[in-house]
Amino acid sequence: MEALKQASIQFIVSVPDIVTSNGLLWPISKDPEFKLVRVCKEDEGVSICGAMSYNKTRALLLMQQTGLMDSLNAIRAIGIDYQLPICMMVGLQGKEPHKLSSESSSYGVRIIQPVLDAMQIPYRVIEEPEDVQHISTDIEKAYQTSSTFVFIIGRAPV
Amino acid sequence: MRRDLALEVLKQHVSNEIVVAVYQTLFDWMAINPRDLNYVATGAMGQASSHGLGLALANPKKEVLVFDGDGSILMNLGSLVSIANAGPKNFHHFIFENGVYEVNGAHPIPGHKKVDFGAMAKAAGYRFVKVFSDIKTFESEVTEFLKQPGPAMAVMKIEAGEAYPRDYDYIHSALARKKFRQALRSN
Repeated sequence: MEALKQASIQFIVSVPDIVTSNGLLWPISKDPEFKLVRVCKEDEGVSICGAMSYNKTRALLLMQQTGLMDSLNAIRAIGIDYQLPICMMVGLQGKEPHKLSSESSSYGVRIIQPVLDAMQIPYRVIEEPEDVQHISTDIEKAYQTSSTFVFIIGRAPV
Repeated sequence: MRRDLALEVLKQHVSNEIVVAVYQTLFDWMAINPRDLNYVATGAMGQASSHGLGLALANPKKEVLVFDGDGSILMNLGSLVSIANAGPKNFHHFIFENGVYEVNGAHPIPGHKKVDFGAMAKAAGYRFVKVFSDIKTFESEVTEFLKQPGPAMAVMKIEAGEAYPRDYDYIHSALARKKFRQALRSN
């Protein structure tokens, strides 16, 4: 949360995700420094974050990988074709701790990185405490270059 | 009510507002009222209402008018609830209801003549809903509608009028986005 504040994120747009629920979404919902927009479906969030960027308002879309998969066309159009800074934090529901997602027994987990690679979307896996230090700089870069970025949350934040 | 005539009426009420429009309504609006504060890049799959919500929340001092389609909003019905939940007072949502996917071959939308968009908006929690079926009533009551705090919905029962050219290249262009960005930041 501190890294998000450091990156000047004002709005969190979210459909709840079990991986980030306790460590991120519930605390964010109680933090007055964030404005939380609860949406019914994740592709709404892609559009909301993109539209907000036109006046330099920074937002983060927080969701589960199922929502990411459901939003691929919106990400394709709004993030990639329109070159808007869509920053997403995606909890990997079903991923085994301390196991690479490529080695997961879950098909829904294993395909996420290959799908992002196919769409040429840059991402960073956030799994260990030291990974967090990159969050604010990655968001800063995404907004500076007006490009899409995904943080893959491999295990529940503490 | 002819869509182009309804848009001519709306033109009289638009000055500094952000207008988010889709498909044939967008093409007609771009011809009738070309301006840089027209937001034209909504992607696809009924996302205009969500773009409008993002714009309304990030620009609370600006009025946001969304000129949506009936087929479009059917693809993003959950956004009605998200919009009502966020409750932006600067959000006015027009549904141009012609009963068909006009730019995709004019096939009927599911539920044509059965689905009630106004009732859906009300049930989702919109503050105000009005249905307009004729141009005279719309002309005389649109001012009052726009004075209502949002989220508010006007269901526009329309038929096609003059069909203006479909300039897809422009609406998806970097130039259109650049013009909107500059206009937003300078207004």
